[in-house]
Amino acid sequence: MTINKATVKKISKLARIASNEQFEESMIKDLNSILKFVEQLNELDIKNIEPLSSVVEQKLFQREDIVKIMNEKEDILKNSPDKNENYFVVPKVIE
Amino acid sequence: MTTIAKYTLVELVNKIKSKEISAVDATSAYVERIQKSKKLNAFVTETLESALDQAKKADEINKKDGVLSCAPIAVKDLFCTKNVQTTASSKILKNFIPTYESTVTSKLWDQGAILLGKLNCDEFAMGSSNETSAYGNVVNPYRNNNDTLVPGGSSGGCSSAVAADLTSATVGTDTGGSIRQPAAFTGIVGLKPTYGRCSRWGIVAFASSLDQAGPMTKDVTDSALMLDVISGHDEKDSTSANVHKGEFLKNLNKDIKGLKIGIPKEYIVDNMPKAIQSLWDQGIEWMQDSGAIIKNISLPHTKYALPTYYIVAPAEASSNLARYDGVKYGFRAPGKDLIEMYENTRAQGFGNEVKRRIMIGTYVLSSGYYDAYYLKAQQVRRLIKNDFDSAFNEVDTILTPTAPSSAFKIGDKTEDPIAMYLNDVFTVPVNLAGLPAISLPGGLDDSGLPLGLQLIGKSFDEQTVLNAAYALEEKIGFKSQVKDWWM
Repeated sequence: MTINKATVKKISKLARIASNEQFEESMIKDLNSILKFVEQLNELDIKNIEPLSSVVEQKLFQREDIVKIMNEKEDILKNSPDKNENYFVVPKVIE
Repeated sequence: MTTIAKYTLVELVNKIKSKEISAVDATSAYVERIQKSKKLNAFVTETLESALDQAKKADEINKKDGVLSCAPIAVKDLFCTKNVQTTASSKILKNFIPTYESTVTSKLWDQGAILLGKLNCDEFAMGSSNETSAYGNVVNPYRNNNDTLVPGGSSGGCSSAVAADLTSATVGTDTGGSIRQPAAFTGIVGLKPTYGRCSRWGIVAFASSLDQAGPMTKDVTDSALMLDVISGHDEKDSTSANVHKGEFLKNLNKDIKGLKIGIPKEYIVDNMPKAIQSLWDQGIEWMQDSGAIIKNISLPHTKYALPTYYIVAPAEASSNLARYDGVKYGFRAPGKDLIEMYENTRAQGFGNEVKRRIMIGTYVLSSGYYDAYYLKAQQVRRLIKNDFDSAFNEVDTILTPTAPSSAFKIGDKTEDPIAMYLNDVFTVPVNLAGLPAISLPGGLDDSGLPLGLQLIGKSFDEQTVLNAAYALEEKIGFKSQVKDWWM
């Protein structure tokens, strides 16, 4: 068992997902079975193989450096669950 | 009315352009069927009224230009549509109304298509059965006696809607098989283009190095037309390919004499139903009859594609989905401080499969495990791509089954994530290598359920894939067996 309760708690903290007893139980079971499945890769000799992170072979293109007048404040704020004038509202972060 | 909805996209557009039918006739035909098809649960959001208004306006001013002139089209709810709710079938994006339009969908509307609504899918496109949607599972228009079946996934609303004549065609997305597997389960054609062929701008991201949009249609000709419309370079997507656009419909040709077709021995898997093996054999024979040359090939790392995918895709997903924090858009759950608000929002806003993948992704990227999992997966991804590169030195296209089974019963695989993942065994390698591939209906199994054949092509050689599929389609002569039992 690679994943125990402490690991699940740590990962859920990193992933910012609130955890509870039931969640931990089901994650221990599922994550261990998924990890066991992906560990098939250990059968392979991958020494000196260059990792492939993207299949795109082109260089990044550059666009013209042109000033665009954009005022998207209203658009961007439109979907916020809580806003006040020009700001997103979040729970207090300073004491 | 039902007759109109049965036309292929190309037939429908021609009839609208020649004024044999009006835009209102065409739109009403689909609206009527959609209203009678709630049982399939293919739609998350319907825009039927605005679709009818738009059609009426087009008839009034007689505006029938564009290669998709007045074709009513619903799209996967993963494409952002301006002023129309876009949820990715997640609770966390409920009531999210984009203020912009994705590049792919804007190309549809530029060519005269009319939006019918947004189609259900697995939550954030994570699933192979459309059972992870926060808006309920989708039902396959095919059933096994009286058992209701999954439509495949993640583009299950798309496959169900095309097969049930609720849209003239659609666009889905394919990260590990999400266009091709549901197409196979519902007897329609699904094309995953080469990575970079269609812009990803404005599509809710799942795994950015794998995601690609593509058409789901009634036949191969419609697929070529749709690819003509939605493909092309987009400066808003840095991975969008700056290559010749191609004229896929114009160059569609069923002459495949001398075309070299590879048959990979690694795609013979344990417990594959006999019907799938014999369909594959039949497909090989049909290709030979059309003058193609069959070659046995080897793709030795095929069995490592799924394990590689289930590291790479969750890793990218955990990073992409970090943006859902309850601040800028979508659902928010209260918390006593900022961190607790994030944690509660994500715990309540995401479904189980999404959380599972975020957790796996976070784990394989976390300090101490990165090299053992993520880096190793990227190295194996190189080996998988190399397999295809050497195969394509010998052959022009590769023929395989699309999925290892036909559509299964709702609830059959929800308990075991690995059993669900195995559905994508034949489709995932293509995403890892960034290649184009099409699934077309090849026939029916003993229970009368559709089975798909897949053709895989070289990078940016969708034309060969489409042409081979066009030739095969003629030999197969597949006819939809959908009986409207839900109406």
